[in-house]
Amino acid sequence: MKLARAHVLVCGGTGCTSSGSGKIIEALNENLEKYNLTDEINVIKTGCFGLCALGPVMIVYPEGCFYSMVKPEDIEEIVSEHLLKGRIVKRLLYQETVHEDNIKSLNDVDFYKKQKRVALRNCGVINPENIEEYIGVNGYSALGKVLTSMKPQEVIDEIMKSGLRGRGGGGFPTGLKWSFAAKSVDDQKYVACNADEGDPGAFMDRSILEGDPHSVIEAMAIAGYAIGATEGYIYIRAEYPIAVARLQIAIEQAKEYGMLGKNIFDSGFDFDLHIRLGAGAFVCGEETALMTSIEGHRGEPRPRPPFPAVKGLFGKPTVLNNVETYANIPVIINEGAEEFAKIGTEKSKGTKVFAVGGKIHNTGLVEIPMGTTLREIVYEIGGGIPNGKKFKAAQTGGPSGGCIPAQYLDIPIDYDSLISIGSMMGSGGLIVMDEDTCMVDIAKFFLAFTVDESCGKCAPCRIGTKRMYEILDKITKGNGTLDDIKNLKELCYNVKESALCGLGQTAPNPILSTLRYFEDEYIAHVVDKKCPAGVCKDLVTYSIDPEKCKGCSLCSRKCPVGAISGEIKSPFVIDTTKCIKCGVCAETCKFGAVVK
Amino acid sequence: MKTLEELAAIRNKMKGDVTIRNEGKDKIRIVVGMATCGIAAGARPVMKTLMEEIEKRQIKNAYVTQTGCIGLCKLEPIVEVYMENGEKITYAKVDSEKAVRIINETVVNGKVINEFTVGAYEK
Repeated sequence: MKLARAHVLVCGGTGCTSSGSGKIIEALNENLEKYNLTDEINVIKTGCFGLCALGPVMIVYPEGCFYSMVKPEDIEEIVSEHLLKGRIVKRLLYQETVHEDNIKSLNDVDFYKKQKRVALRNCGVINPENIEEYIGVNGYSALGKVLTSMKPQEVIDEIMKSGLRGRGGGGFPTGLKWSFAAKSVDDQKYVACNADEGDPGAFMDRSILEGDPHSVIEAMAIAGYAIGATEGYIYIRAEYPIAVARLQIAIEQAKEYGMLGKNIFDSGFDFDLHIRLGAGAFVCGEETALMTSIEGHRGEPRPRPPFPAVKGLFGKPTVLNNVETYANIPVIINEGAEEFAKIGTEKSKGTKVFAVGGKIHNTGLVEIPMGTTLREIVYEIGGGIPNGKKFKAAQTGGPSGGCIPAQYLDIPIDYDSLISIGSMMGSGGLIVMDEDTCMVDIAKFFLAFTVDESCGKCAPCRIGTKRMYEILDKITKGNGTLDDIKNLKELCYNVKESALCGLGQTAPNPILSTLRYFEDEYIAHVVDKKCPAGVCKDLVTYSIDPEKCKGCSLCSRKCPVGAISGEIKSPFVIDTTKCIKCGVCAETCKFGAVVK
Repeated sequence: MKTLEELAAIRNKMKGDVTIRNEGKDKIRIVVGMATCGIAAGARPVMKTLMEEIEKRQIKNAYVTQTGCIGLCKLEPIVEVYMENGEKITYAKVDSEKAVRIINETVVNGKVINEFTVGAYEK
């Protein structure tokens, strides 16, 4: 590749691809040709930058200009003004970076300032489809170091010393897992990667595979060397087509360059990787079900022990880690365990990636050192809650996790602190909820998900989740009793104690944690037959405040069922027998006269 | 199959390319005036020459970028070199031949070419 004076990095992650970054790249190439700049400027398609809410995004280096929400018709202006004449197109810049007349570095923007990118270090920086770019940012040097100068036990010791814990949810020490597998004796061992990211709202594993697939490949080879495995499997969901395609390209390139295959770096170590596509069952993210699925059987969990480190894939000792865990490995080897252990809290080292969504300004991917508070994530990195609404709670860990109410905004986030308040780290989905969210409804939403995804093998999960869902449904419809709440609690504990795998054992968590912090809302639904947030349709009645109504008739014209009537300039009324509670009247009223 | 040495060679080759994305910290910045006046006076070939020289000599600690009009249109093409120590040298009426010397003498050897500077023309 010829040396270029400027690099234009366009995000090619799933978020920006769906908002049209493909067209942006086309337009860039067309215009660069038109202005005769193709020799001087490189266009690079990268992985996710993290600020998905502002997509499509692109960065122009060396200036480091961050253009957001770019449209194909803006490209000519960027090329002719910025790339040709050096005049930055200020109106298209991410406005946070414009500071009086200067342009702030992206690292000084609130969204990035508090982040520390370890697992995401190359996402949005390199072209994931070019192995040489990965090598250019120190790629495969960790593998080289391990194979030529370290013994397998030294590798395991290093990972152990770093304090790295599994990023998929459980938080089991990675080094310990590797040492168990290393101690198991067998003719064949396996390394597997869990890329079956199933939590609704979480997409960090997808982004790592899309933006930096080689880091996972490198780490898996390192794991293979450490435990004595020569083969690896990556289990990835078929719903991630971009990630699958880039992973395939990356594996082929790694083979071509001899980073996979026989006798890597002339060390005598062989390692090969295969991809297995998952059909999108949530339970296949559970380790034993995942391995059953790789073997070609129906994805159902099996009891542990024996643990995978003893008897895993095809009955052989297996190390199974999550994508984000692997992405940390090359950094630990290259920079040393001590360096890595400086980040984070006493028992949770390093960083964690969160997919932030829900009622928040900057939805996207953020990577923070362990120990950062929820307040910093929501209000500083996330930019706060839109429309001046109040923070009510945040759900972490998806359908297996729980909610964190406002009184814990200042708790430092790590594995243990989240468990102590009844939630869990999970894979890192973080859904922010404001005062308009009904907590019973949220619990019902997650239960509907687990009912759908329960594989049906064990009774507590198959029947228990369904029963819990029915009770929640009854409560939101206004037919619940106080006994229902009591039974619900008991059922939760029973399922938690008796289900076969992680899916069932954690399924009651959303109910337990909402009950713990928002029992008053459950009681309001049952005793007062009211939904305080105004979400549960059966418990809401709409009426018009005659004091505030100006008699403009706007609501009456918008009402889809003709339930509102009245005379112009005198207060209107809603016929509750006709009303379908769609809420259109409340949205259209300019005077706030429609009350729930 | 690649050896460790070959890996290091690829890394070196890519370094200049990938480190441009570091927002140019700790590097020599060569800025070419590329407003209408600069382009009319021939800034494009100058910029091309600068880049070719950098590539040819495998210079890793410098990058070329462009700027708008600085108000001295009669002295275009203007090339400014921001050294690592923060010092700035402004060269006026640069052509391809001068550009080669700027890279060799100023960027590589850190020497100011007095006769090319704006000061020399202003006298």
